[in-house]
Amino acid sequence: MSKHDNTAAVKIENLSFHYGDRYVLERINFEIPNGAFMGLVGPNGSGKSTLIKCILGLLKPQSGKVSFFGIPLNRFKKWEEIGYVSQKANSFNTAFPATVYEVVSMGLFGKVGLFRFLNHKHKQKILEAIETVGMTNYVHRNIGELSGGQQQRVFIARALVSDPKLLILDEPTVGVDAASVSNFYQMLKSLNEEKGLTLLLVTHDVGVMSDYVTHVACLNKQLHFHGNTKEFKEVSKDGFSQMYGHHVHVLEHHH
Amino acid sequence: MSFPFFHYEFLQNAFLTGIMIGLLAPVLGVFIVVRRQSLIADALSHITLAGIAANLMLGRSSSFFQGLNPLYMGMVFSVGGAIGIEQLRKVYKHYEELAIPIIMSAGIGLSVIFISLANGFNTDLFNYLFGSVLAVKKSDVWTVFFILLLVFAFVLFLYKELFVLSFDEEQAAVSGIKGKWIQFLFIIMVALVIASSMKIVGILLVSALMTLPVAASLRIANGFKQTFVLSVIFGETAVILGLISSYYLNLAPGGTIVMISVLILLLSLAWKKWRVRKPILNE
Ligand SMILES: Nc1ncnc2c1ncn2[C@@H]1O[C@H](COP(=O)(O)OP(=O)(O)O)[C@@H](O)[C@H]1O
Ligand SMILES: [Mg+2]
Repeated sequence: MSKHDNTAAVKIENLSFHYGDRYVLERINFEIPNGAFMGLVGPNGSGKSTLIKCILGLLKPQSGKVSFFGIPLNRFKKWEEIGYVSQKANSFNTAFPATVYEVVSMGLFGKVGLFRFLNHKHKQKILEAIETVGMTNYVHRNIGELSGGQQQRVFIARALVSDPKLLILDEPTVGVDAASVSNFYQMLKSLNEEKGLTLLLVTHDVGVMSDYVTHVACLNKQLHFHGNTKEFKEVSKDGFSQMYGHHVHVLEHHH
Repeated sequence: MSFPFFHYEFLQNAFLTGIMIGLLAPVLGVFIVVRRQSLIADALSHITLAGIAANLMLGRSSSFFQGLNPLYMGMVFSVGGAIGIEQLRKVYKHYEELAIPIIMSAGIGLSVIFISLANGFNTDLFNYLFGSVLAVKKSDVWTVFFILLLVFAFVLFLYKELFVLSFDEEQAAVSGIKGKWIQFLFIIMVALVIASSMKIVGILLVSALMTLPVAASLRIANGFKQTFVLSVIFGETAVILGLISSYYLNLAPGGTIVMISVLILLLSLAWKKWRVRKPILNE
């Protein structure tokens, strides 16, 4: 595997964030080991999206440090190594005139650079990414004409097309029907196992997720648990409320 | 073919300018419409009117302004308005669309004051409001040509960035694309194109040429590139047919161009309906 093997894909040290005088994140310390499939869970409003945006530099935390593969955020330049599917990806303008191919091509724009055009190799890459998520039959369809689950796959392809080492997904299964959800998780799992992609999956749905991920972190303003899935399942027998503090809505998962 | 169009210099000027505008307006219009900022064109055209009225007013007392093509003053105001809109959008972060009525009413207010100071309406002003083929000068042709080159280079080299910024600003930021200055350049380009479309279609109708062809192509195009190409085809068709028929039927060119755009839009709606009703067999 890569030379980064023993540096964490993401390392967060003592990160705090507040809107005005309202704290949303308090002293978060957190690491995603290289090659992990980490599930970040927490109830609505627990600060998951805020944490992701701080990690990506979209929001500036008032204190704390973030680094990718050992490089501090402010000096990090290789953005093509990081794929991001935002929570907003499921509330985009569905009337936007863009084909699946065009949406996925956007994932390469940063890598290709200013004043340059996509070449044949890039076009090949775009088609490959579309194939990886199983959307080859829809290449020239408008994104707005697809189902929620299919759109989500297209956004994953957009995030994958630049060959990232780390993929961050913020609640990707909202609005996706239950049958597609487990398919979707299965696809993520194989990306993790076969391609060695490090994954950070944000969700408020604890049940289904824990069958697929290798690591779990529980967030509610503070980090309440952080470890591998086996440890998580041990602890969660005693109930989630301990890990979240309070106000928890646990989703049952039946086999 | 003997076409009277090409015998008269003023018609040549109008035709050349029209063809360039038929390309420029929809090219920028596509980005404006998909960002749901269609009204920006209206706001900027009204502030451009203020610039033109200011020039006409100043021309009454100063020979310098009298000799100046009012188009330039229009452009100065339009670019100023564009910068104003960008600033106001920062101030009203959560009410971004407020910037448009603010700039628009400022434009109308200023126009009315300048027009009254210039002692009211004259033919010049009327031409700017509704467009006039007779009013297009050689210097206008060159100005629009220069803007055409500028916008062409801008859209060609920043197409990727403009596309991703219109679709998803967050994604653009995460890919390391610096959206702020591209957005700034974009709105300046829009301001320039609006000012230069003025003589042909007129202030009150400029925004129609930016949005109607796009509205028509949105109904039937598949994907962004197609929307782009169809918008330009529709825009050109409207301008060329509009100029020719307004000449032969002795109609106002601006109005004719816009009504042909409306007709194209209606046809595209009808075509879409017809397509949808047809059963799709191969799926
Ligand atoms: N722009 C904002 N201004 C003020 N508060 C905000 C803003 N965005 C989010 N918040 C608050 O921050 C908290 C965390 O939000 P978020 O990170 O979106 O939670 P989650 O993704 O876990 O549902 C919420 O209580 C929310 O109300
Ligand atoms: Mg969230």
